[in-house]
Amino acid sequence: MNKHRIIIEPGTENSNYWKDLWNYRGLFYFLAWRDILVRYKQTAIGIVWSILRPLITIVVFTIVFSKLGNFKSDGGIPYAIMVCAAMLPWQFFASAFSESANSLISNSNLLTKVYFPRLIVPASTVIVCLIDFFISFLILIGLFFWYHFIPDIRILMLPLFLLLAFITAMGTGLYIAALNVKYRDFRIIIPFIVQIGLYISPVGYSSNEVYSRNIPQVLKYIYALNPMVGVIDGFRWCIMGGETPLHIPEFIASIGISVLFLFVGIWYFRKMEKSFADII
Amino acid sequence: MSNTVIKVEHISKSYILKHQNEASYTALRDVISNKAKSLFSSNTKGQRKSSEEFLALNDISFDIKQGDRVGIIGRNGAGKSTLLKVLSRIVTPTKGKITIDGRVASLLEVGTGFHPELSGRENIFLNGSILGMNKIEIQKKFDEIVSFSEVERFLDTPVKRYSSGMYVRLAFAVAAHLEPEILIVDEVLAVGDAEFQKKCLGKMKDVSGEGRTVLFVSHNMVAVKSLCSKGIVLEKGAIKFDGNIDEALDVYNSNISNAVDNVSWAIEDAPGNENAKITSIKFKTAGNYYYIENEIEIEIEFYNFSDNHTLNASISIFEDKDVYVFASPNLIRIPLTKGIYKSVCKIPKNLLNKSKYFCTVLLVGNNFEIITQLDKVISIDVDEEGTQRGNYFGYWGGVVRPHLEWQNIQIDKL
Repeated sequence: MNKHRIIIEPGTENSNYWKDLWNYRGLFYFLAWRDILVRYKQTAIGIVWSILRPLITIVVFTIVFSKLGNFKSDGGIPYAIMVCAAMLPWQFFASAFSESANSLISNSNLLTKVYFPRLIVPASTVIVCLIDFFISFLILIGLFFWYHFIPDIRILMLPLFLLLAFITAMGTGLYIAALNVKYRDFRIIIPFIVQIGLYISPVGYSSNEVYSRNIPQVLKYIYALNPMVGVIDGFRWCIMGGETPLHIPEFIASIGISVLFLFVGIWYFRKMEKSFADII
Repeated sequence: MSNTVIKVEHISKSYILKHQNEASYTALRDVISNKAKSLFSSNTKGQRKSSEEFLALNDISFDIKQGDRVGIIGRNGAGKSTLLKVLSRIVTPTKGKITIDGRVASLLEVGTGFHPELSGRENIFLNGSILGMNKIEIQKKFDEIVSFSEVERFLDTPVKRYSSGMYVRLAFAVAAHLEPEILIVDEVLAVGDAEFQKKCLGKMKDVSGEGRTVLFVSHNMVAVKSLCSKGIVLEKGAIKFDGNIDEALDVYNSNISNAVDNVSWAIEDAPGNENAKITSIKFKTAGNYYYIENEIEIEIEFYNFSDNHTLNASISIFEDKDVYVFASPNLIRIPLTKGIYKSVCKIPKNLLNKSKYFCTVLLVGNNFEIITQLDKVISIDVDEEGTQRGNYFGYWGGVVRPHLEWQNIQIDKL
C-alpha cells in the first residue's frame, strides 16, 4: 500500500487532516509571504504605514480620552503608553479578524482550483497581521524612550497574552470566514463589529473605569465577556508593571470565551470546509 | 507495475438547481425569514420554491492503473471538469468512494494563484507551492523552469506587465516541472501559441513516459490521441465508454455528428423529371469515419429514361460556415442509353479540412437544362487521424487543407 493513500468519500472525516496541514506548511508560509509582499507594493512609504496608522490612532485617542475626556490612567503612567498597550493588541485583533474573515472570498480562485487544507488561508492571514503587530511594537518601545519608562519583569509574560489575542482572532476569524462564504452579509457586518468593538473594549480607557464603578456585578461580567477585555487587560498588566490589576474572575471568563471561540471556529470551519468550493 | 492507482466506485455529484425568485447565494435574511415562517406555519415545506437536483456525475466507476495515460472526453457539460475536481479533492462527491494511491497534482487552470503584483520569480515560488512543491524542490528546478518559460529577461518584472503569452508560458513552466505520481490536467493546452502548445505536449509526453499516471481532459482530440493510451467518454455525467483511446474517440465522434452522409429515394418520389431522376446520393470512404487523410467519394445514382440523352451530374461543396469551397461538374458529356447509372466523384485525400461539409448536387440534361438541383442534400463531418501534421498539434485553420509540395533549397553557403 502506498503511503500517500487518499480515500475520498462523502461525509467521512479526513483522518489525515492535521497531517495534511503539516505537509502543506510550505504553502502556509508562501501565502503569508505573498500577502506581505503584496501589501505595500506600489506604495511610496511602504512598511512605514504599519507604524503610522496605529501611531496616529494612539495620538488621537490619547488626546480625546485623556485631555478632552479627563480619563485617568492607571497608577499615573503616561496615558499614551496605556493607550498604546491596548491599541497594539486591538489593531492586531481587528485586522486579523476582518482579514481572515474575508480571506476565503478573496482567494476563491484558489479554493475552486486546487486542494489544500482550507484552514491555511485564514491562518496565514492572521500570521501576516502578527508580523504587522511586531512592527508596530516599535511604537511602544519608542514611547518607553520618550517617557523614560522602564517596564518591569512582567513584560516577559507578554507572549502569553499575545497567544490569547492570537487565539481570539483565529477563533472568531475562522468562524466568520466560514459563514462569509455562504452568507455575504458578513462582509457588511465585519467592519461594523470592529467599529463597535473599539468602543466596548478598553482601548481608549482603562478597565478600572468599568470595574470601579458602582454598577451591578452582572454588568461587569457582561463587559468581561468581550474576549478582548481579557487580552487588553493582560497586555496592560504586563507592560505597565502591574499598575493595572487583573480582575481574575472576569479575566478567566474572557479566556474561557476566547478558547470557546477557537474550538467553535475550528469545528464550524471544518464542517463547512468541504462545501466551500461548491458555494463560494 | 500494473497495479491500480485510482479506483473510483459509484461516484455521484449532485447540485441543487434553484429556479427564479431565489437568490444565487443565500442571504442571511432569507434564512432567518424562512426559519421564522416555518415557526408559524406548518405547511411551508409543501410550497417550497422550485428547485431540482442536477446530477453532474451519475454513478461513475472506473479503475486507472499505474502509468496509464487516460484521456477524458465528452461534450461541454458532460461532467469532465466536475470529475477532475472530485478527483483533485476540491469538491466532495455526494455518493461513492474514490481510493487514490500516490501523490496527486492537479492542474485545472494555468497559473492558479498567480499574483499580478508579484514578479515572475516570486510567482514561480508561490505557484509552485500552491501546486504542492516544497521550497527545496522549487529551488532545485528553478533554472529549468525559467529556461522552459523563456522569460529570463522579465523575471523581476511584475507579471501584470507580462504579455498574456509570457504569463501562460511561465505558468505552464511551473506546472510542467511538477513531479507527482499522478497528474491531473484540464484543458491547459488550449492556451498559448502553437509553438508553445507543442512544447507543452512534448513535456507532458515526457512526464508520462516516466511511468507516471496522467489524466487529461481536452477538446483537442489530436492532442488527446497523441498523448493518451486510454480513453473515458463521458456523456451527461455518466460513462459512455471506457477503453482504449482510438475506440473512445470513435465513440465520441459518432456521438457528436449530426451529419447525414447519404440519402436515397424510391423511384416514384425521386427528384428529377420524366427524362431522368436521382435515386441516391452518398458519401463514401474507406473505414467508418471521414478522415482528411483518406480519399472521400461522392456517389450519385440516377435513372435515365430515354436513349441518346446527354446527362451529367455536378457537385458543389460548402463548408460549415457557408463558405463555397469548390464545384466540380462531371465533364464527361456523352449521350447515354436508357438505364440506371452511377457517377462517382473522388475528392482526393488531404484536401478537406477538419470541419463539416455540405454537398449540393445538380443533374444537368441535354441542353444544359437543370433537371434537378438538391441544395446541401448530404453532409459529413471530416475528422483527422493526425498523421499529416508533423509535430504540430494545434489549430489548423482554413476551409481546405491541401497537402502541398514544399522544397528546401540551399541557395548559398554562409
